[in-house]
Amino acid sequence: MPILTADMSAGTLVEWRKQPGDALKRGDTIAVVETDKGLIDIEVFTPGVLEKIVVQPGATVPTGTVLAIVRDTVPAAVPASVTAAPPTPRAPIIATPSAAVVPAAAPSDRLRISPLARKRAAELGIDPAAVHGTGPGGSIRREDIEQAAAARAAPAAAKPGGALDRQARLRQAIGAAMARSKREIPHYYLATTIDMHRAMTWLTAENLARPVPDRLLYGVLLIKAVALALREVPELNSVWRGTEPVRSDAVHVGVAVSLRGGGLVAPALHDTAGQSVGELMRALRDLVQRARSGGLRSSELSDPTITVTSLGEQGVESVFGVIFPPQVAIVGFGKIAERPWVVDGQVTVRPLVTATLSADHRVSDGHRGGLFLAAVDRLLQEPSRL
Amino acid sequence: MTRDEIRATVLRTLGEIAPEVDVAALASDVPFRDQLDLDSMDHLNFVIALHAALDVEIPEADYPKLTTLDACVDYLDLAGPGLGSSASTV
Repeated sequence: MPILTADMSAGTLVEWRKQPGDALKRGDTIAVVETDKGLIDIEVFTPGVLEKIVVQPGATVPTGTVLAIVRDTVPAAVPASVTAAPPTPRAPIIATPSAAVVPAAAPSDRLRISPLARKRAAELGIDPAAVHGTGPGGSIRREDIEQAAAARAAPAAAKPGGALDRQARLRQAIGAAMARSKREIPHYYLATTIDMHRAMTWLTAENLARPVPDRLLYGVLLIKAVALALREVPELNSVWRGTEPVRSDAVHVGVAVSLRGGGLVAPALHDTAGQSVGELMRALRDLVQRARSGGLRSSELSDPTITVTSLGEQGVESVFGVIFPPQVAIVGFGKIAERPWVVDGQVTVRPLVTATLSADHRVSDGHRGGLFLAAVDRLLQEPSRL
Repeated sequence: MTRDEIRATVLRTLGEIAPEVDVAALASDVPFRDQLDLDSMDHLNFVIALHAALDVEIPEADYPKLTTLDACVDYLDLAGPGLGSSASTV
């Protein structure tokens, strides 16, 4: 059971989309899992063949539990003498707390794991082959082992008779993640006012030329501007791996989506900086629809490198977000409102929006954060280039 | 298409966008925003769905004319191919 978000400790296997013997390729949906964030499609990260299903539909298991065993596919060009050996079971798609379900031939020699972590894994009964490493090059540290053990233990403590309904569990999960963020991350906060006149004028003209299904929302301009501005201040596009913040080459903006009935989820718009605003708009529509009705993909929950939240439609002037671990920044936008603004020494009326940055002071400081917000502003003054 | 059919289409579309809502209980002359928790993405999906169901072009400038159920029916009754017959049974 993969850890899809910082606040996830368990999930329920809903259905298998593949059966033993099925070939798997990267990106295939192999199973559907229910979490506090709704129904999530679990994707395959590397090709192989589904050998064995371990967890049956209906079972709720902690993160770190092996769901299935996937074997490497054998390259066709490999000589027969080599292929005669049985294929080696790869690390299961996910982790296992129980050595009993891990084949004896598990490729422990492939693992990058510190001696201390290996010893700790043995003490805690954790299979290191199934633990996601956060050290250099994906190596497994002692902390990774202890986190897997804690995640395994958490559901039992958190489920007193299963009386909590899903809404309550969702609120509990959000609360835990946000409490951790406030406890561990030294936030700093910045705000700036951005004149949206050029962006809104461009958007109106652009939408006149677009058929109804292809029209844009201003929110997609904000998201694209954030993604491009990160190229100028790349340290804000980082995620913590163990004790180190690691810059991400790709920009995967997580978009905060409110769920009907309460709660929120912030799945990733993959490669946000590399897509046109039209492509982003289609992706955003699809993402929001799936966030609210079920069907988010596991990579969309685990990949965000920064989050954008907008509460302007609720009339909010500005929002200072709480950073989603392991990210290091969150950008907020309030409502666009017409207000007096000085242009070339003259007071005029302009649509203005308050943009904010909440960032991790361990990774950046206010000067760099200010440069980032200035870049967002500058980019929004040239909307046709977004 | 009759006004009743247009109304039914609007309600069905709203129900698909906000499945938690009992659309039959909506007041027809009260703005949607006062009755439903819809955001701009919901509204865009609403317009796209009406476009697909009724084959009608709705310019962005006309979005303010779609604020209530009655206003939607009035607007769509006058707009687009296949619409505007006004054979109302109400």
